[in-house]
Amino acid sequence: MIKIFKKYENSIYSFTAILLAFLVGSILIHLSGFSVIKAYSALFDGAFGNVFNLTQTLMNTIPLIFTGLAVAIGFKSGLFNIGGEGQMYLGAFATAIATIYLSFLPVYILIPLVLIIGGLAGSAWGFVPGYLKAKTGAHEVVTTIMMNYIGILITSYLLLKYFKEEGPIPQTALIPESARLPELVEYSRLTWAIFIAVFVIIIIDIFFKRTELGYKIQTVGENRSAAEYAGINSNKMMVLSMMISGFVAGLAGSTIVMGVLHRFITNFSPGYGFTGIAVAVLGKNKPWGVLFAAILFGALQTGGITMQLFAKIPMDLIVIIQGLVILFVAAPILIKKLLRK
Amino acid sequence: MNIIEFKSIIKKFGDFIANDKIDLIIKKGEIHCLLGENGAGKTTLMNILFGLYKPEEGKIFLREKPCKINNPHKAIELGLGMIHQHFMLIDRLTTTENIIVGEEPLKNGLVDMKKAREQVKQISDNYHLAIKIDEKIENISVGEQQRVEILKVLFRKAEILIFDEPTAVLTPQEVNNLFTTLRELKAGGKTIIFITHKLEETMNISDRVTVLRKGKVISTVNTCDTSPKKLARMMVGREVLLNVNKEKGDLGDKVLEVKDLSLIGKHKNIILKNINISIRKGEIVGLAGVSGNGQLELEECLTGLRKVTSGKIILGGDEITHTPTRIRRKKGFSHIPSDCLKRGLVSTYDLTKNIILGNQDSFTKNGFLQQNDINEYCKEVIEKFDVRCQSLNESVNNLSGGNQQKLVIGRELSTNPKFILAAQPTRGVDVGAIEFIHNNILKMRKQKKAILLISAELEELLSLADRILVIYEGKIVSEKNNYTKEELGLLMAGKKASDEEILETGNRIRND
Repeated sequence: MIKIFKKYENSIYSFTAILLAFLVGSILIHLSGFSVIKAYSALFDGAFGNVFNLTQTLMNTIPLIFTGLAVAIGFKSGLFNIGGEGQMYLGAFATAIATIYLSFLPVYILIPLVLIIGGLAGSAWGFVPGYLKAKTGAHEVVTTIMMNYIGILITSYLLLKYFKEEGPIPQTALIPESARLPELVEYSRLTWAIFIAVFVIIIIDIFFKRTELGYKIQTVGENRSAAEYAGINSNKMMVLSMMISGFVAGLAGSTIVMGVLHRFITNFSPGYGFTGIAVAVLGKNKPWGVLFAAILFGALQTGGITMQLFAKIPMDLIVIIQGLVILFVAAPILIKKLLRK
Repeated sequence: MNIIEFKSIIKKFGDFIANDKIDLIIKKGEIHCLLGENGAGKTTLMNILFGLYKPEEGKIFLREKPCKINNPHKAIELGLGMIHQHFMLIDRLTTTENIIVGEEPLKNGLVDMKKAREQVKQISDNYHLAIKIDEKIENISVGEQQRVEILKVLFRKAEILIFDEPTAVLTPQEVNNLFTTLRELKAGGKTIIFITHKLEETMNISDRVTVLRKGKVISTVNTCDTSPKKLARMMVGREVLLNVNKEKGDLGDKVLEVKDLSLIGKHKNIILKNINISIRKGEIVGLAGVSGNGQLELEECLTGLRKVTSGKIILGGDEITHTPTRIRRKKGFSHIPSDCLKRGLVSTYDLTKNIILGNQDSFTKNGFLQQNDINEYCKEVIEKFDVRCQSLNESVNNLSGGNQQKLVIGRELSTNPKFILAAQPTRGVDVGAIEFIHNNILKMRKQKKAILLISAELEELLSLADRILVIYEGKIVSEKNNYTKEELGLLMAGKKASDEEILETGNRIRND
């Protein structure tokens, strides 16, 4: 019994945190004068109630998987990559522009190629803070936040200056049909991107569990002194991990452009890069944990809209519940005490 | 008078019995040693006394009255004081502030610093515990920090002082000072409980000794009626060789050469100056010194974790002065780090991941770690070096300190090295494990490895090393094959060993 508990300790804590968040959330709903049952049933219905809602939930889940993974990868080497948002913008922009110039290529080359281009753009954006950290010791939290601003604004600038489509909206032209990811369910925007996301989860999971490079990066994150003692170049590992992290965050942007928007639009993100931090925390920086956390946050996002429309409960409540989940996850001692009793 | 009496105390952690029906009497005004290996239950018992743990069964009598101690506050109220192994001090505050914290003398609702200083000064004078009363903790030596801890306890009017392995962090000189303090406290009527696993100290300081093994009291004896050998046998449960037998070996070619190595610090301060060391095949060279005299820096220079300012390091004929750590390891450089927890282990990893650390590329094919090969190799290492564990996949954190050390040593000696840098290989390790580690180091010598042994333990150096260099303030001040213990102690303290002084310290050490 204790052994089983030990094995699933992390998952048990995460689930308890989610339950507690909903419990406290229900008190808040009740105090605000709404029906708790109505609110939560609308939320659930909105997220999973029918095929369309489910596809919407999964669509919202995809970018969170990528940005959540990106944060988790950074954490593995001991770095707190808050730059997912900027890396994602770079990825989205690079993919959108690349499709314009490469549209002559056949689909089976074009799609992987522009995905990789998006990833590399994010990777380049992750490289800068990693390099600054290695060379000068500049704290990655500060530099990644700064790189977010630069990334979001530089893509806007380039768009307006060189690539803007005629019309009032600051956006590129639609990308060619051949570069769009096929839909899984008709008339939804759930595309093959979900498979790409799961594929990346598998790759990252194997990378950290089975490869030498993954081992070295993790060793730097767990104990930098010991890594250096063992002859592992910790600076190199930190830069590499920021580049991998940026690559994955870049894919979030690429898949949004190729699957959902079909173009680059300024300010397209509702903060996927930042929600990714919460996803990584809830998922305990484990690749599969990130998947479940991303689904939860995707569902909250999607269901929240229905709740607001039909139960007339403000969307802000969703933000509160998200916050509570993180609060309880970040306070494992509290949950440990509750579970012991 | 029996100031403390434990009556059949039982404490369990899950299935593990940490204290098994402990009966123990502490007399008023004595220095009582609790002797035992790591994990024998000494600290657990004291934590029960101090109200940090609740025992499952048993009673504690204090001043011959039964009493319940539920928390440390109650314990302090009852006149108990504990000086922990890891100091509980706030670095940014001054010594006085640390001493009074929680018990501040007040004046109009504000802290009366003047009165506080006076009170601290008075206690410090009474017991000859010299401290700088307005200095920040971060600026004072470890020995002085310990004095602050003692003053903190005395300030709270403790009658019974519990010291948890107090000498682990001290230099030999500081140990002497501490012992003087302990005798003064005893003369002042205090009762002292002294937790340790070191035999010499026990013989030196205590009036009575209680030996614990695997959670049980083996025996309580008067110190004057026993000997280190008897104590060691009680502690480990079998015969222990305190002095290893060393056969004379033939020396081969030079393996490691350090030539005129110097290291200048950030503030242009000299850390190491013109260090010359040469070690041959099958030779153990000892580097003696009180910690903080440049050994750590030398260790880091040799391994490539720190850049040298000038000089050369040559391993097996190749210059490695500017070679990265990884390549040095490839060339047969093994390293038992002095700070094993910080450098030698990744505490969140399991045993296997710790055993391949630094050698991971030997188990890699096409970028992938070969788990089967790793498991097999780890099983071998663990068996050979007697690392006691439940499974290969448990966290290295679950191991006792001695087993962690054996794991690191096993890892470093299993890679068939040419040269072994063993820095403080037995620090914080109990007698049984020390014997094992010493034998393994000697085994390496027999296999014609070159070994540099950095240590602050005189006995260890004298019994293992073929030749000893003494380092003081970054310079090698002496190099010889044979030293007396007194001579070595003096040289480590930076004194030229004239005959008179040797005689004098010799007498003092004997009198101690």
